[in-house]
Amino acid sequence: MSDQAGEQAAGQQPAAQQDMTGAKSLWATLAAHGVDTVFGYPGGAIMPVYDALTFYPEVRHVLCRHEQGAIHAAEGFAKATGRLGVCMATSGPGATNLVTGLADAMMDSVPLLAITGNVARHLIGTDAFQEADITGITLPITKHNYVVQDPDDLPRIVAEAIRIATSGRPGPVLVDIPKDVQLAAFGGEIVMPQAEPARMEPRPEAISAALELLRSAQRPVLMVGGGAQGATAEITEFARAWQIPTITTLMGLGGFPASDPLWLGMPGMHGSVAANNAISEADVLIGIGMRFDDRVTGRVKDFARRAQIIHVDLDAAEIGKIVHTQVSVRADAATAARALTKSAVPYLHPDWTRQIAEWKARDAAQTPQTWGAGYAVKAVTDRLRPDDILTTDVGQHQMLAAQLARFEKPRRWLTSGGLGTMGFGFPAGIGAAMAEPGVTSIVIAGDGGFQMTSQEFATLTKYSVNNVKICIINNSYLGMVRQWQELFHGKRYSEVYLGDSNPDFLKLAGAYNIEGFRATNETELPAAIDAWLAHPRSALLEIVVPQEHGVFPMVPAGAALYEMIETDPTDRQNQGEQVNK
Amino acid sequence: MTGHSVQAEQDHLVSVIVRDEPKVLTRITALFGRRAYNIRSLSVGSTENPGVSRMTFVVTGNRGIVEQAMKQLEKLIDVVHVIDHSLEKFVDRELVLVKVLISNDTRVEVRHIAEDFRARIVDVGRHALTFEVTGDEGKITAFIEQMRPFGILETMRTGRVALTRGSNADIPSHVYHEGESAALRPTSMAVAPREQEAQTVENLF
Repeated sequence: MSDQAGEQAAGQQPAAQQDMTGAKSLWATLAAHGVDTVFGYPGGAIMPVYDALTFYPEVRHVLCRHEQGAIHAAEGFAKATGRLGVCMATSGPGATNLVTGLADAMMDSVPLLAITGNVARHLIGTDAFQEADITGITLPITKHNYVVQDPDDLPRIVAEAIRIATSGRPGPVLVDIPKDVQLAAFGGEIVMPQAEPARMEPRPEAISAALELLRSAQRPVLMVGGGAQGATAEITEFARAWQIPTITTLMGLGGFPASDPLWLGMPGMHGSVAANNAISEADVLIGIGMRFDDRVTGRVKDFARRAQIIHVDLDAAEIGKIVHTQVSVRADAATAARALTKSAVPYLHPDWTRQIAEWKARDAAQTPQTWGAGYAVKAVTDRLRPDDILTTDVGQHQMLAAQLARFEKPRRWLTSGGLGTMGFGFPAGIGAAMAEPGVTSIVIAGDGGFQMTSQEFATLTKYSVNNVKICIINNSYLGMVRQWQELFHGKRYSEVYLGDSNPDFLKLAGAYNIEGFRATNETELPAAIDAWLAHPRSALLEIVVPQEHGVFPMVPAGAALYEMIETDPTDRQNQGEQVNK
Repeated sequence: MTGHSVQAEQDHLVSVIVRDEPKVLTRITALFGRRAYNIRSLSVGSTENPGVSRMTFVVTGNRGIVEQAMKQLEKLIDVVHVIDHSLEKFVDRELVLVKVLISNDTRVEVRHIAEDFRARIVDVGRHALTFEVTGDEGKITAFIEQMRPFGILETMRTGRVALTRGSNADIPSHVYHEGESAALRPTSMAVAPREQEAQTVENLF
């Protein structure tokens, strides 16, 4: 580094540009594209890249404790900001540890760039040490991937990868760089970012067909998905102009303000009574930026059984994939919503409004009143401020949080929707917290999933990340699996009990110098939450809840949405309620 | 309300223009495998443009499945263009090599049949003749059926290849420039929804 300073003083090229290598050209290209944070983990085949990193102080590298932690952190960074997330790993096991995160990012359309090292070109295909065919392995779970064969081509490939990851329907792109390509002298040009491609405009015929259907609607309903997180303003305006009751999918939460009376909650397997019934009774359903996932539709043939469907999506392959649509609009969510707002006729059908109000009242009655996982999650999510970020793992706590948290803004709810990845929440929360140091990133996890990536406590400590608040809902079980076993497998609780071997989560946090708090009943809870949130640094809150708890409403697998089980059939909670009354 | 209509399973002819990039064939066959689409034949070759190859598939399934397959193909970055031959008139050909067992008694008859089919003899053995037949699928199947009684030792078919009829090229020439990939294509090139167009096409084959 002293060399660098001396030469810069002498008015020569900075050292970064001298002795340019493939590895340096990678960092130069990333920096030129505005990449300021990379989550990663070094290893043999990517050492030249890590060596070159020392010449690029403008890029912050975050050393996680596992490649899976790194990629989920990059996902959290990307989901919170809408910008590209970048992660990095070495060849072989480093690269294969990214697989879960890549699949997760593919399913949830997260703009992500993964850089992996690989063995030198002459060793590829020889089963060399730490060699893995990572482009072959990740082919079905990336939007695209590359092996860089020519060092001079590296900036072009990285620039193209970034463009592919962030444009159209976003997704993960992997760039695999053999070690000798990283080391090779670089004689090419650094590729600068190009202007963002224009948002896709809908075809006018499609818009007029959609408008015609909307005008004829007696019982319309709007479904907003994760693809509309960048179009909240337009969609809110559209829904309000037409006065259409609006449902946000799991990935779409925050895409429409929860405080708006038009909001009906989340649809699907653990969706609200109002959302699922509205879908089943609607005569016109318009879906924007959503893909009719099986967890949303229930039994497909009875999904929206009375409705004509308008589907707006950027990805042509999603239109007509699951449900038959009467009107398909291939366009960006924002441009389509804007076009649909122009000639809005506010829809006022008192019968439909009344019917929906009745369903919403049934939802309101479900709000957890007695001690349990739902009560605990509600106590935490009630404390969310509009800018706070909430991340989750997968399972009961996730569904409870999705049902109970109220989001006013997009990109504040980061969850693993499509892939359903346990261990996602904590590293994603760290990534989001590092992207937005000014906001609080609340992680809700179960006792099972949290242990899949709990090593990332070290990342909090290493970088003094002070805005991550972790809440473990500890029911000593893999709760969602247990719930299915209870309902559909004759209460044979096969391999789901964790309580006999869970760690002391407070001690675990303490081992990384993270403060912990615990609440085991409703009396302790408020004070524990206060102390946890007020703590000046990142902190853990363990809420020990009753072991047996179900998430309801629930649409059993293979059932139609209108066949949902509204309340716990075992009547645990209702009995408890009666006793308490 | 499934997107896949109740039409019967049929063969559909689809051509794909791809960039010659590593793993492009794997990407395409993996896509078919992963999404459980059936390919009956696949034929690949280079084109008049360096760096660009052309493939013709026969995909089996109902119209909905084939629609999905084409849309998923469109999404692959290395796919420049997908051509649905059911929408326009096209010519298609298949080449087959057939090795037929002969004896002194059957030699003449076999050769006569081959002449009727305009099949060329490409190899003459003591007990077998190898024919090259080119034509559409019906002709080739008929030829094989005619030869079957004499004893077919082995056959190799190339799979169908197809081009759209007329003077229009399937893709504008600018697409070839600088090896531009599908993701970077202007949206105006994007294929309009095929569902409506396809509904008007009566006989897909």
